Amino acid sequence: MNEKAVAYVLRLGDDALVAAQRMAALATWAPQLEEDVALANIALDLLGQARALLTYAGELEGQGRDEDLLAYRRDEHEFTSALLVEQPDTDFAATMVKLLFFSAYQRLLYEELSAGDDETLAAIAAKSVKEVAYHLSHACAWTVRLGDGTEESKRRMQTAVDELWPYTHELFASDSVWRGYGFDPAGLRERWLGIVEPVLAEATLERPVDDWAPTGGRDGLHTEHFGYLVGEMQSLHRAHEGVSW
Amino acid sequence: MDPRASQPAFIPGAAELLAEVEAAESLLDQRGPAGAAAPAGGEEADLLAHFEAVIAADAKIEPRDWVPAGYRESLIRQIAQHAHSEIVGMQPESNWITRAPSLKRKAILLAKVQDEAGHGLYLYSVAESLGANRESLLTALHDGKQKYLNFINYPTLTWGDVGALAWLTDGAAVVNQVPLCRSSYGPYARAMVRVCKEESFHHRQGFDLLWTLSQGSPAQHTMAQEAVNRWWGPALAMFGPPHRDSTHSEKSMAWRIKRFTNDELRQRFVDITVPQAEILGLTLPDPALAWNSERGHYDFTPPDYEELKRVVAGNGPCNRQRLARRRQAHEQGEWVRAAAAAHAAKHSREDAA
Ligand SMILES: [Fe+2]
Ligand SMILES: [Fe+2]
Ligand SMILES: [Fe+2]
Repeated sequence: MNEKAVAYVLRLGDDALVAAQRMAALATWAPQLEEDVALANIALDLLGQARALLTYAGELEGQGRDEDLLAYRRDEHEFTSALLVEQPDTDFAATMVKLLFFSAYQRLLYEELSAGDDETLAAIAAKSVKEVAYHLSHACAWTVRLGDGTEESKRRMQTAVDELWPYTHELFASDSVWRGYGFDPAGLRERWLGIVEPVLAEATLERPVDDWAPTGGRDGLHTEHFGYLVGEMQSLHRAHEGVSW
Repeated sequence: MDPRASQPAFIPGAAELLAEVEAAESLLDQRGPAGAAAPAGGEEADLLAHFEAVIAADAKIEPRDWVPAGYRESLIRQIAQHAHSEIVGMQPESNWITRAPSLKRKAILLAKVQDEAGHGLYLYSVAESLGANRESLLTALHDGKQKYLNFINYPTLTWGDVGALAWLTDGAAVVNQVPLCRSSYGPYARAMVRVCKEESFHHRQGFDLLWTLSQGSPAQHTMAQEAVNRWWGPALAMFGPPHRDSTHSEKSMAWRIKRFTNDELRQRFVDITVPQAEILGLTLPDPALAWNSERGHYDFTPPDYEELKRVVAGNGPCNRQRLARRRQAHEQGEWVRAAAAAHAAKHSREDAA
């Protein structure tokens, strides 16, 4: 077993899974019907990425774990998703800002991985990069609209940007897992800023200063929100031992 | 392991319904987008004659055609109720998205809920082609002035309910909507062709979910059976009151907005569903259910119409919850819609400058 590869692919899979779980929970809550369709579409893309990545991580691991054993039978501290994606959707502004930050990151990382040596990972990344390019353009459009909309929408967007910005640092924090396989996202921060800063500027929103930079997700140390997310996701599956669904 | 590996490929009755949808679709294609247009600027009497000729020829009315006010109102009422059912119906379904017990089932359920949102959009736009507008239809829904289907006011208490809801109520929706693919109003007929195909897919997925539960552990089997027991009545009641008590039926039949009575459609649903229940290894909660060889149909106990009345009047188990949630989502979205409008207005000014 290639432990470094397993840990690397799990991070990508967990990011996509947790982001999908959050986005899927918004069904019926969108501000208009068109957006309900769009958010479900994005959640389905992310869920599809999670399934492909977790399946692959299980294959690399070679212990017989499939996507469901990895999603439903691990404990909180075994998930290595970034803290950003587990942050709650307190309003539509938070949802869109989170999507902006995360999809810009995913797009850059998938782009690199699609040209990488691991053919399976490259194929998953190549398919996913098209999806996240759409997520990114969707998030950019809403960020500009809401940032440069009404006073209330601007205030809500700035709040979301300020609250979520600190969690973006972790996406680019290098460690032995990131350095050990695939492509290390540490080098992508500048390019990520190159995408995000102009969007914030067009949206007439302020780019926060870089100070607090919480980490821990990549080592399984999550925020308090995470236990509820995992508990809810796994509740039914865990209540029935050894059955299929 | 693919949970569907040993799934029975054959669902009795499903193919026949789909074939009817496809037959209606090819009729629509042959006819082209519209019949002959009404004479422009004609007298009311000429316009009415033209309308009646189109109906009599079983041709299609299109948005540009003159129609009697009653036809327009009936259609708007029916289409709005259908559209509302799609969007409020997302609530009992989406209740299990975050807890779906496998990632594959989660994806299937999420895609289903997305389809319903798409159906809602599509149907509101058909209503708009008749001169209604979405915003005021939503207001009527939120104020309780327009209704949605009764079954949506029941809770999805277990994962089994997700399957039973899809198998029985999406199944009933298909039976109800297949004839609407031949509605005299062209845009509605075309919408129904697409919607029916997707509802039929939902029905199949519900069947598949229940089949897996029914073949699974004793606890899973019980979960499936109890859910079917809960959903059978609401599904039968979806076809509405008996024909003799139905307020809008006669006119709708004459205008070919509707083609079969509530009772005919309910019987058809029962006849299709009984053999499917047998394949599922689940029973339907009606001791009177029996094949009647003289009639060539199953006998069954009609649904509790008093319960239906109570639910339609707003006193089902979830009416208040569903409507409150719908209003809350709409109110929460107000600042977003206002901002989008403000942004668009600013930019059209800038573009003009
Ligand atoms: Fe429907
Ligand atoms: Fe639907
Ligand atoms: Fe459906």
